[in-house]
Amino acid sequence: MAEIIPIENGDTDLMTREVTLNMGPQHPSTHGVMHLILHLQGEKVVKAEPDIGFLHRGMEKIAENLLYPQFVPYTDRLDYLSSMTNNLGYVMAVEKLIGIEIPERGKYVRVIASELSRISSHLLAVGAWGLDLGAITLVLYAFREREMIMDLFEMLCGARLTYNYMKIGGVRGDLPPGFKERCREFVRLFPKRVDEYEGLLTGNRIWLQRNKGIGIVSAEDAINLGLTGPSLRGSGVSWDIRKDEPYLVYDRFDFKVPVGENGDCFDRYMCRVEEMRQAARIVEQALDQLPEGPVNADVPEFVAPSRKDITTNMEALIHHFKLIAHGFKPPVGEVYTSIEAPKGEIGYYIKSDGTEKPFRVKIRAPSFVNLQSVDPLSRGLYFADVVAVISSLDPVFGEVDK
Amino acid sequence: MDEKDLEKEISSQKYSTLVTKLKGRFGRSILETSVFRGEVTHVVEKDVIADVCSFVKRENDMQFNFLSDVLGVDSRATLSCFEVVYHLYSIPFKMRIRLKVRVKENETVPTVTSVWRSADFAERETFDMFGIVFDGHPNMKRIYLPQDWEGYPLRKDYPLVGYKDEYNPFGVEKK
Repeated sequence: MAEIIPIENGDTDLMTREVTLNMGPQHPSTHGVMHLILHLQGEKVVKAEPDIGFLHRGMEKIAENLLYPQFVPYTDRLDYLSSMTNNLGYVMAVEKLIGIEIPERGKYVRVIASELSRISSHLLAVGAWGLDLGAITLVLYAFREREMIMDLFEMLCGARLTYNYMKIGGVRGDLPPGFKERCREFVRLFPKRVDEYEGLLTGNRIWLQRNKGIGIVSAEDAINLGLTGPSLRGSGVSWDIRKDEPYLVYDRFDFKVPVGENGDCFDRYMCRVEEMRQAARIVEQALDQLPEGPVNADVPEFVAPSRKDITTNMEALIHHFKLIAHGFKPPVGEVYTSIEAPKGEIGYYIKSDGTEKPFRVKIRAPSFVNLQSVDPLSRGLYFADVVAVISSLDPVFGEVDK
Repeated sequence: MDEKDLEKEISSQKYSTLVTKLKGRFGRSILETSVFRGEVTHVVEKDVIADVCSFVKRENDMQFNFLSDVLGVDSRATLSCFEVVYHLYSIPFKMRIRLKVRVKENETVPTVTSVWRSADFAERETFDMFGIVFDGHPNMKRIYLPQDWEGYPLRKDYPLVGYKDEYNPFGVEKK
């Protein structure tokens, strides 16, 4: 039963009633299929309950019924805006479980792919955020640069969305001819393009008023709520897995971890913008330092032979067939591996019972965990601010609902 | 890893805090400890899980202030129980630890939402997928599936294709 209460100015004639408003599940600004049950008093939010599960595909159940390598393409479909990092988290977890290390060049190639993925994910996050708040031009600009990254990924693995590039023990193929040059061209051009976005938004009065002081979360609360990635760093917590638990070759690059001060939507925006610049710097350094050598580990027991070998060598073809058809048996044990994905910490827990299928795979999806902060961040704000709060968390529902 | 290797690992500086201190404080409530691929796992009695979590969060030389995840594992075939696994991270000390509790069917586990608010969604997901109820959770209801859904899909005896009903003609017949 709705409660009738007097409004704040004490005017007893004018009464406002608490109403429940269903936002979504297909509302464009909920970034996917989220049903948000908003309890409102007038335009003010009393409570915001996220209702999810419309997309639930049972990824973890599927994983238990597939061979280890067969689950890699499924991880693409989690955060479909950053498939490379989803792949990476999973293959690194399996590599940890079986205890193999990949060659140097493979690590650099993985870094390049992951950082380009971070840029493309942040471009869409910031672009869609602008779109949600009425700055339509920005999304067009963001897609222009995103297309350049799509072209690079198409060169790498032939796909423009579900890039199945990482594989257990390395990557599916070395950098193709011409990739380095085009990638360099992109990272040279990109900082100027980021300046353009900032010219449109960062000093824009409407943008500032819609984001500054909105959805504030303190550092302590952000940690308590489990926020990760730019959503956490916006609150001033300098925690980035690339720096704090370096994986691949991240410890060899010079880059900054941008943090905010106030923990509001604007700080989360600025973190993403600065992260894009830093990611471009990392790609540039990785291209400079890229060593020669193989990209895949030479461990025939776990790693399939290269495509070239399969077409020229009968033994390699048989070996490939055996691995694809029967998989491999890792030791009994359990591991948890997490990496810094664009949305935050993506972690894979794998429990192995010694058979060729994982006993349990649990995906710690950053969008899912970040989403529970919609309620505390929105309380006391106006209805229109909820849109900014959702955009600032950058949820992707493939990952939330997994 | 055999006992000798485990002792060697535990005696190293990295693990002394994670293992010795916790065992010293909770004694017999720590049922098992193992190290695999550099990851420390403690199996603790379910009644003390919230206390253990509070302890490792507040202790000065641990400060596990971040709860990465809570998840369930259906180990009924091997251990005759479910496992609830907690992944914790210490932002100040850059360490990770894994805690586990074992729970029989129809038993409940104390919630850790009072220690970390982020346990809210994760515990709801564990309940939704395994049917493990967390005592004291502020909103213990399904998170992915409809509220009237029958069964818990990530249990090993739940069929991959689901049970047959009016929406799922290719499912498995319920016994």
